[in-house]
Amino acid sequence: MYDPTVARLTYRALLGRRRALVLGALPLLLIVISVAVRLLTGADDQVAADVLGGFALATMVPIIGVIAGTGAIGPEIDDGSVVYLLSKPLKRPTIIFTKLIVAVAVTMVFSALPTLIAGLILNGNGQQVAVAYTVAALVASIAYSALFLLLGTVSRHAVVFGLVYALVWEALFGSLVSGARTLSVQQWSLAVAHKVVGSNLITSDVGLPAATALLIVVTVAATWYAGQRLRALTLAGEE
Amino acid sequence: MAVDQPVPTAPAPSGDQSRIHDIGYRGYDGPRLGRAYARRSLYSQSLRGAYGLGRSAKSKVLPMLLFAVMCVPAAIMVAVAVTTKAHDLPVPYSRYAIIMQAVISLFVASQAPQSVSRDLRFKTVPLYFSRPIETADYVLAKFAALASALFILTGGPLIVLFVGSLLAKMGVAHQSEKFGQGLVTVALLSLLFAGIGLVIAAVTPRRGFGIAAVIAVMTISYGAVSTLQAIADSRDNSGSVPWIGLFSPVTLIDGVQSALLGGTSSFPGGVGPSTGEGFVYLIVVLGLIAASYGLLLRRYKKVGL
Repeated sequence: MYDPTVARLTYRALLGRRRALVLGALPLLLIVISVAVRLLTGADDQVAADVLGGFALATMVPIIGVIAGTGAIGPEIDDGSVVYLLSKPLKRPTIIFTKLIVAVAVTMVFSALPTLIAGLILNGNGQQVAVAYTVAALVASIAYSALFLLLGTVSRHAVVFGLVYALVWEALFGSLVSGARTLSVQQWSLAVAHKVVGSNLITSDVGLPAATALLIVVTVAATWYAGQRLRALTLAGEE
Repeated sequence: MAVDQPVPTAPAPSGDQSRIHDIGYRGYDGPRLGRAYARRSLYSQSLRGAYGLGRSAKSKVLPMLLFAVMCVPAAIMVAVAVTTKAHDLPVPYSRYAIIMQAVISLFVASQAPQSVSRDLRFKTVPLYFSRPIETADYVLAKFAALASALFILTGGPLIVLFVGSLLAKMGVAHQSEKFGQGLVTVALLSLLFAGIGLVIAAVTPRRGFGIAAVIAVMTISYGAVSTLQAIADSRDNSGSVPWIGLFSPVTLIDGVQSALLGGTSSFPGGVGPSTGEGFVYLIVVLGLIAASYGLLLRRYKKVGL
């Protein structure tokens, strides 16, 4: 199910040249902000939870997920070079699974790791806030990668639709319509974080069993359907 | 060419064996429309392209959807104001665009790369410059086109609000003044967002990457600045709130409109910058617009060759 050559090519496509710079700039900004906040306010559990929840998990993880998830397959389909990959004797689901592993790994390294560092800077992991948000970021990385990898195989405008989901649906509608919050990766991962932290410092609109079930269902279903999409892929010309 | 090097011993073809046949091509002797016409065409083509006109049906979906999303809340506010016979609009004109900043950022992020990245990727930029236009014309046309598209996007809902306020018989003079201030705000916003979006998009030939980079700069900086402002405000450090606001495009425009154009601020605590600080904001905004134009010129001096 895992092909090292495809993985190597995907890593190079994701991290080669200037892409790594943008991917690296966001975590760097998070760490700069946490240093600034720590100097401004001192260690405070509530502030740490606000920064990590409002900036790391709500903004940074989805955007890294969009870049890594769609970037793992989108550009190849876009410029047509995916035919060289598809013409090799590899199962299409294998290609998708390998790309998913790479996207998950990249998202985790560039979002969960900085979240942990930022959490340690902000309040030295008081009340387990840093670990809780890191676990949430790890869980969210898997779901986001699978979801945006699927988007990459479905649409040529995957980046835009991914960002619309992450920014408009989760942030805008999520704050206006409470029903939208039940269907958001962010809330599902917050449910996991709530379990880790064990207090009401981090809250979620979804219960843990439902959140876990939804996370697993979304990840598996998205990966399976992406494999199906790739089996029936038609290459369109440049519009 | 290298393969067809004539062997030194073979006799070179003599001149009288090769001739040029006149097969009847004719030169063009009609009117030449010139540089200004080419610039105007590039402008209108880019402006139409930003809304997907003249492109495939699929590429019309997103810009039209975003335009509708911009206008619908304005229409709802107007409907509510008319039925409840309110004396003023629930949201001031100049603040409307600040509230809808996510939609505007998405529009810039999706349309700025559309406008310039593909020219870079398919290496069509030198073809433009083989026409009578210069680097400055290309940059000016693309900049003006995206700024105009943004002005339509942000000005449209203001017109809805203004017409609605007239229908609801709110004071005409007062509403016109506020409407004018709102238009100045969105004009500044359009220029600033277009400049930032184009500079980022012109660096990369990859469309998807351009989109992500633009949205990262717009949204992440706003998220970061708002978080810092909220923390500074809650720690009774509200003197630093306006200075933090200088670091993201959305809060820059928010500061200008609340300090100089009679709007209300979305800053935490509802206190915007003072008039003096407002001028600093204005200078930074104008400086950023000029800088992005200069950067684009420099970028296309190189790419055009």
